[in-house]
Amino acid sequence: MPAYPEAAAESERRGNANTLARLALIGVALAAVAGAFAYFGGWLTPNALTPARLTDAFERVNGVHAGFRRNHAKGVGVSGFFESTGNGARFSEAVVFRPGRVPVIGRFSLSGGQPYVGDRPDEVRGLGLQFSLSNGEVWRTAMVNLPVFPFRTPEAFYEQLVASTPDPNTGKPDPASMKAFLERHPETVQAMKAIKGEPVSSGFENSTFHGLNAFRLINSAGNSTPVRWLLTPVQPFEAASAAAVPQDKNYLFHALIAQIHRQPLRWHLILIIGQPSDPTRDATIAWPTGRERVDAGTLTLDRVESDETSVATDINFDPLVLPAGIAPSDDPLLSTRSAVYSQSFTRREGEAKQPSAITPADVRRGN
Amino acid sequence: MSTQLRQFAAFSRLLHWTMAVMVLTMLCIGVAMVVSLGEYHVLVSIHRPLGIAILILVVVRFVNRLVNPPPPFPATMSREERLAATASELAMYGLMFVLPLVGWGMLSAAHYPIVLYGSLHLPFILPHNATLYAVLRKAHTILAYLFFLTFMGHFGAILFHTLIVRDGMLKRMVPWNIRPRVTSSSYDDRR
Repeated sequence: MPAYPEAAAESERRGNANTLARLALIGVALAAVAGAFAYFGGWLTPNALTPARLTDAFERVNGVHAGFRRNHAKGVGVSGFFESTGNGARFSEAVVFRPGRVPVIGRFSLSGGQPYVGDRPDEVRGLGLQFSLSNGEVWRTAMVNLPVFPFRTPEAFYEQLVASTPDPNTGKPDPASMKAFLERHPETVQAMKAIKGEPVSSGFENSTFHGLNAFRLINSAGNSTPVRWLLTPVQPFEAASAAAVPQDKNYLFHALIAQIHRQPLRWHLILIIGQPSDPTRDATIAWPTGRERVDAGTLTLDRVESDETSVATDINFDPLVLPAGIAPSDDPLLSTRSAVYSQSFTRREGEAKQPSAITPADVRRGN
Repeated sequence: MSTQLRQFAAFSRLLHWTMAVMVLTMLCIGVAMVVSLGEYHVLVSIHRPLGIAILILVVVRFVNRLVNPPPPFPATMSREERLAATASELAMYGLMFVLPLVGWGMLSAAHYPIVLYGSLHLPFILPHNATLYAVLRKAHTILAYLFFLTFMGHFGAILFHTLIVRDGMLKRMVPWNIRPRVTSSSYDDRR
């Protein structure tokens, strides 16, 4: 438009400004999407507690032991079967509670992330189990010999790990930070009292293992019942000796191996049927005594293996691997356990495996 | 306009937008669940069946692409742009197929039960193997980030064509039908 050069230039300027505005709009749109993605991925909240940070805390307390679980590092694999009485079917449609027998794989362990730690009577004992149901479903549960769990929330658990982290100067945790932690968490103090009130047994074979968190059982009518479960040993209780800890660093595991070789070990799986008023999101307190107890069946463990050969070594005993008929409760610790176990599993499965404290030779020697 | 604007087939557009929502949800759930504690279980429980749904739909989509070939590229696209567009399309089809398969494979290698809903679960497609799990788990993350980057390129390119080139490229994929521009003569003819 040669007749109106100013108008043409003006129009071009406007056009350029317009294009710039549109380019800016594109930039904003892309940044918004990238920002949302970053938000979901936690990049905008670097101080939030995540599975990785919780697992890091375990590694700071125990050191990094490549190839091992970040908690319950020391253990042995076991296997056997579960014979259901059928009594649980009233509350749960899970195939495992119908009368019958399902194969079980498990692992006994000591709590803590140190794979070669010496056995001690007061160290927390763990039992992870996997039930393989006839319809292909799987139920996993990770239990310990404590009547209640010492921590109510993931944050409290993390704080406790931080307070237990050895001071680089002294090589020991600072007692003041543990004291401060306990002052902030009276529920932990209460839980410790309940734990101390329970006598410790002499070995794995006569320990009672608790599922700790509450779950829900769903029956075929769709009714949901709060539940906690535990394994009570058929082997008679014997208190842990008050005498000095035996010389053998692996005395608890060696005793377990010898016993399994002698005869299969048995536990009753007891379902504690909760009332609607029972707290389901607080693992630090036990339910009132007198709740209905259902003997769902008998667990028999008749084989023991070293971590080096057991299939349990590469199983994540994630407490939220549940069959239809068993569901999580509203306890936030359950999802937290699932997330952190998964993080620990992913780390160790990518690392070269080291020999375990309990060797295949140890397991054979028990014969 | 010398050439008539042609849209993707209605079914292709339905698949595109359905999967766009699913894939973006999936990518966000994926990055969110690995940093979640309290919501981890719920997110994983959605992630698994949603991934398998994407795997099924991408097969449907691939067959659909053979049945309903895409309309020609607009004349505004250079040869390089067309190459880039085709490559990114291929990459996204490939990722929509491979990512769920890698997820299924890694869960198989870890012997995590692959629960879809209730007692419905998938069989293992790989043997129980720690190293295999570790490699596939890493691949799953890397491929997911790659997918997000490819999506960003795709999203940026369509914004560029819509707002800067203004060639109406987006109209090829909008969910509603675009009527060919009505001229006055055809309007008269209709009477």
